[in-house]
Amino acid sequence: MLSENDNTLFENVWLEHEVRPESKTNPAIIYIDLHLIHEVTTPQAFSLLRENNLSVRKPNLTIGTMDHSTPTLPINSFKDIEIAGKDAANQVRTMMQNCHDFGIELFDFDSKNRGIVHVIGPELGLTQPGKTIVCGDSHTSTHGAFGALAFGIGTTEVGHVLATQCLLQRKPKTLLIEVNGKLQKGVTAKDLILAIIGKIGVAGGTGYVLEYTGEAIRAMDMEARMTICNMSIEAGAKSGMIAPDDITYDYLYDCPRSPKGKDWETALMRWKSLPSSSNASYDKKISIDANKLTPMITFGTNPGMVVGVNDPIPENSSDSSFNKAIKYMQVSPGKPLNEDPVDVVFIGSCTNSRLNDLKAAALILKDKKIANDVTMLIVPGSQKIKYEAEALGLHEIFLAAGAEWRESGCSMCLGMNGDTVESGKLSISTSNRNFEGRQGKGARTILASPLTAAASAIEGKIADPRKYIE
Amino acid sequence: MKPITSIKSKTVSLQTADIDTDQIIPARFLTTTSREGLGDKLFHDWRYNENGEENPNFLLNNKENKQCEILLAGDNFGCGSSREHAPWALIDYGFKAVISSKIADIFKSNALKNGLLPIVVNKLILEELMNKSGETLLIDIEMSKIITPSNIEIKYEIDEFSKYCIIEGINQLGYIQRHNKVIEKFEEKRIWTP
Ligand code: SF4
Repeated sequence: MLSENDNTLFENVWLEHEVRPESKTNPAIIYIDLHLIHEVTTPQAFSLLRENNLSVRKPNLTIGTMDHSTPTLPINSFKDIEIAGKDAANQVRTMMQNCHDFGIELFDFDSKNRGIVHVIGPELGLTQPGKTIVCGDSHTSTHGAFGALAFGIGTTEVGHVLATQCLLQRKPKTLLIEVNGKLQKGVTAKDLILAIIGKIGVAGGTGYVLEYTGEAIRAMDMEARMTICNMSIEAGAKSGMIAPDDITYDYLYDCPRSPKGKDWETALMRWKSLPSSSNASYDKKISIDANKLTPMITFGTNPGMVVGVNDPIPENSSDSSFNKAIKYMQVSPGKPLNEDPVDVVFIGSCTNSRLNDLKAAALILKDKKIANDVTMLIVPGSQKIKYEAEALGLHEIFLAAGAEWRESGCSMCLGMNGDTVESGKLSISTSNRNFEGRQGKGARTILASPLTAAASAIEGKIADPRKYIE
Repeated sequence: MKPITSIKSKTVSLQTADIDTDQIIPARFLTTTSREGLGDKLFHDWRYNENGEENPNFLLNNKENKQCEILLAGDNFGCGSSREHAPWALIDYGFKAVISSKIADIFKSNALKNGLLPIVVNKLILEELMNKSGETLLIDIEMSKIITPSNIEIKYEIDEFSKYCIIEGINQLGYIQRHNKVIEKFEEKRIWTP
């Protein structure tokens, strides 16, 4: 069934969820299909419910996991979570209590389904085309890879969704990003999204929902599409979306919580009606040529400060923020970064911790050793990915290379659980934020793809992964 | 939320662009389960030295600035994570308004829900205000304008509904709850099932 209107994908999803449309004076009331929660941004929302004697309106539309402040070293018992500190342990306990008291399903420590919130939603098949999905977490944009309208919210709004299953929203604008051509060998979705953010800037998407389209996007598997949508927020966008297609449906078909039997057929019919019409109009459009891209890295303190892996970083400018970033990163304008020694390599986070990311790292690390002075942490995005990787023997490649292989979680992406980078150390990371102190106070972060991170681990300095792939 | 109709205070400015929420409050302080007491952690890693002492070069540590309720901030303030701890920390410290040439979406929405007024003005005006940092501004929320000591009036745009909620001290949850009948109706015909 083809779209019979001139709407964009975003508009199709938005219109189906308007409980009450917006007016000049009032925002729209939007219904939420899936609410994901984690331990860090929810305690105050549950307190609000308790203070006002409210219950959760639709407990079965909310799912909880624990990922941010949980340890990634193996834990044998609940007592062990004290490792991450008293406050973190208290937060985790509060989460368990809240989910229990309000009747919300929680993927607990011993659950095989536990993992980073944006990894498990898709993995379980809860993330589906056309759904509205929110979470008290900015990288909720990840789920847009399935053609869902997914965005991060604050804790007060988490409370609104728990109590009413609705949110007050103003309709965002739309920006179409067309990626033509093909990504070359060794150039990944991560490199593409870094290049896009470099092009439009870290505030270039503010007020917009991005829709990614074009040959290079259509050629991507779901994991790569998730990497792209994940980092839409780093361009300031509310959300990123990709129209569902056969690749999407194939991915979802076998997932534990995707619709089954007759429900699958009905869902599929609806999903096929979602993509933007060829006549759809957008508030803005840009295009990018994938053929020309090389592996990308960041050199500064936001994800828009990017260069090709072998390119010199820009010359000194009069921009005080740029100079502040250069000073913090201790890098030299006008020079490439490929001689800078790397101390820490982190492969993980909701951007790049899925099975294909681990396979990519293993491809480079196989039968090799990481450099002597390098600490390398490989953290799968979920327990399921951990088991799958182990079944393929990937962990053996990592361990033999000298890397650490951990339990799933956010880990060094934001360093809340004790996995941090020491002050002054240079870290190359597959995560999504290189903000000052993001991986630990004083830590200097360079963002890159799993391929680039793995190649850099071997050489002990920033390295171009393409020479390892022939 | 207490109703507020105007803010009158000296300004203090942080000129850096793209100040993200990890700078406003670093992740390691997010293990709290309450929203109180985060003011001490505001801009923590800029505000304190390694040894925990106040960094005398950081503007907010300047005695005169400690009373300021209006923060002037560089372009794209509040980008990054969705943590509401950021506006909580700013409010706990004593800020009532942030003025910038661009404010990140989630931060803006979080700020408004807590009675912290996010004001967006154009770059030139922001520069002017920053040049005169320390002057006393009057923000007339009802009229959506900033009034400078020399009586120059700067109009700014704000979503009508958000403005109404701030002026009346309205809790947005109550507003949604009043639409319960419409929500119920929607649920009856809702097509996307779990
Ligand atoms: S992996 Fe990092 S970016 Fe993703 S949810 Fe966890 S902390 Fe946030």
